[in-house]
Amino acid sequence: MKQYKHSVSLDLEKCKGCTNCLKRCPTEAIRIRDGHAVINSDVCIDCGECIRRCPYQAKKANFDHFEDIDDKRYRIALPAPSFYGQFVDLDDVDYVLQGLLDIGFDDVFEVARAAEIITEYTRRYMREENIGYPVINSACPAVVRLITLRFPYLCDHVIPMMPPIELAGKIAREEALKKHPELKPEDVAVVFISPCPAKASYVKNGFLGEKSHVDYVVSMSDIYFKLISVMKKNVAPKAVSQSGMIGMSWASTGGEASALFNDKYLAADGIENVIHVLDEIETGHFPMLQFVELNACPGGCVGGVATVENPYIARVRLQALRRYLPVSQNRLEKDDSEGYPEEILFPKDLEYRPVGKFDEDLTTAMQKMSEIEGLAASLPALDCGSCGAPTCRAFAEDVVLGGRSIDECIVYMRERIQTLVKCPGEE
Amino acid sequence: MAEALRFHYEVDGDNFTSAGAASVEVKRKLRQLGFDAELIRRVSIAMYEGEINMVVHARGGSADVYVDKDCVTIILADRGPGIPDIDLAMQEGYSTAPDNIRALGFGAGMGLPNMKRYTDEMKIETVLKQGTTVTMKVYINHTKQTEKGTSEEGK
Repeated sequence: MKQYKHSVSLDLEKCKGCTNCLKRCPTEAIRIRDGHAVINSDVCIDCGECIRRCPYQAKKANFDHFEDIDDKRYRIALPAPSFYGQFVDLDDVDYVLQGLLDIGFDDVFEVARAAEIITEYTRRYMREENIGYPVINSACPAVVRLITLRFPYLCDHVIPMMPPIELAGKIAREEALKKHPELKPEDVAVVFISPCPAKASYVKNGFLGEKSHVDYVVSMSDIYFKLISVMKKNVAPKAVSQSGMIGMSWASTGGEASALFNDKYLAADGIENVIHVLDEIETGHFPMLQFVELNACPGGCVGGVATVENPYIARVRLQALRRYLPVSQNRLEKDDSEGYPEEILFPKDLEYRPVGKFDEDLTTAMQKMSEIEGLAASLPALDCGSCGAPTCRAFAEDVVLGGRSIDECIVYMRERIQTLVKCPGEE
Repeated sequence: MAEALRFHYEVDGDNFTSAGAASVEVKRKLRQLGFDAELIRRVSIAMYEGEINMVVHARGGSADVYVDKDCVTIILADRGPGIPDIDLAMQEGYSTAPDNIRALGFGAGMGLPNMKRYTDEMKIETVLKQGTTVTMKVYINHTKQTEKGTSEEGK
């Protein structure tokens, strides 16, 4: 199996080896070893929760830098809808798009436009027969990766359709090549302005193994600070936004789902809530649901760790920005009322890739499980994290499967020392 | 041959929001043991339905899950009112769930039928006013084919 490439890394100097990220990692991917955090890349889903939790800014999201992208290439900016919610007193998205051109991008393609197209295709998909309800959105790469690692039965509930970032990259490149026939495909650099590290990982790992149409992923906060110095209110922008209400509403949880005009939906955000909902769906808990929108970040993409503004403020700003916009500015052709092009579908099925299997052989796996159960029962159940594992149960697994020493449990050690000290006195 | 693994859970009848927690835990363990997706799903749905039944009708009970090389056995025991007519209770759509439970989306009369559908064997022992014990078995190697897609049809 190819190693999954990540976008969350650690600054060893800054990491104190505390238990903040350890305790909050939703997939228990973190351990503290030799005084600092270590991330297990097989299990990490790039949700960014550890970045959010670290009090010492030791966790970092890794993005490309705008300056490093060859300026001889035709650079196209792909702003995520959440980007528009970052600016104070913005009353027209055109200023943001103009700003992107002013800092050196050659062109802009709004991801919100692709989101409107995906919304229409999703409506068509939802009308088809024999689809497994509930349909789960494919937009959040952290959620999609989580499903492939932990929810075998839900893999084929994920809508097998490109997320807006991918479709935006594809159309942006095609349009650029049409507009500038002198360009070769490799002259074009498609640059996504991202609210989160999960999108950066998505691009690095490709669209289900195929190379992504996006070439670079830069951080939203990075571009934000470049932009505010060039955005001038007194100069009328030449750039014209082509996104409507629907596209912009994808930035917050519920935007994608409510645009489907189907009330049998659930929209949840925050990675712990997402896991809870997926567990419930897998057990058949919500038979009435037809669509499920899940976003790893609190509030949706506006809550990404690479954003600048508070997600709840950004949400309201986006509401104001889209108030007088058409519902959608990217309607599909009328006569093409059914179906969707093959090229926007997943190139292959979403595959369940179980992690954490104890052993290939069932009998051995059962023996290990039995040992772990026994050991876990003898541990203090404090889940204190001092041993470097997030819970006593996880520590028991580390001891049995990973060869860690039981002596790393300080409660266990204290008891042992006490018995050693007591023994001679009692005699 | 290794002994069967046993997992024991108390299902809290006073806490409706935690109903289903034991089946999520069992699902996790079966995943770690390396079982295939279909088996995990059958066990977790059957157990989930049983857990909900215990919470709704019997104010909780206990769940014991045994895993050996051949099969997963789920034993759900409660000290509830018992089932007066098992055949009737097994009918799809028959439910004695109170209105407040139905308001939460439960009580569609699919609990016991789904438990039977997703397991290879199911045995119900019940004594009125004393309690009910449901024993379910899912065999590991010959997977019963359950129709995909129909599983979500309500409970």
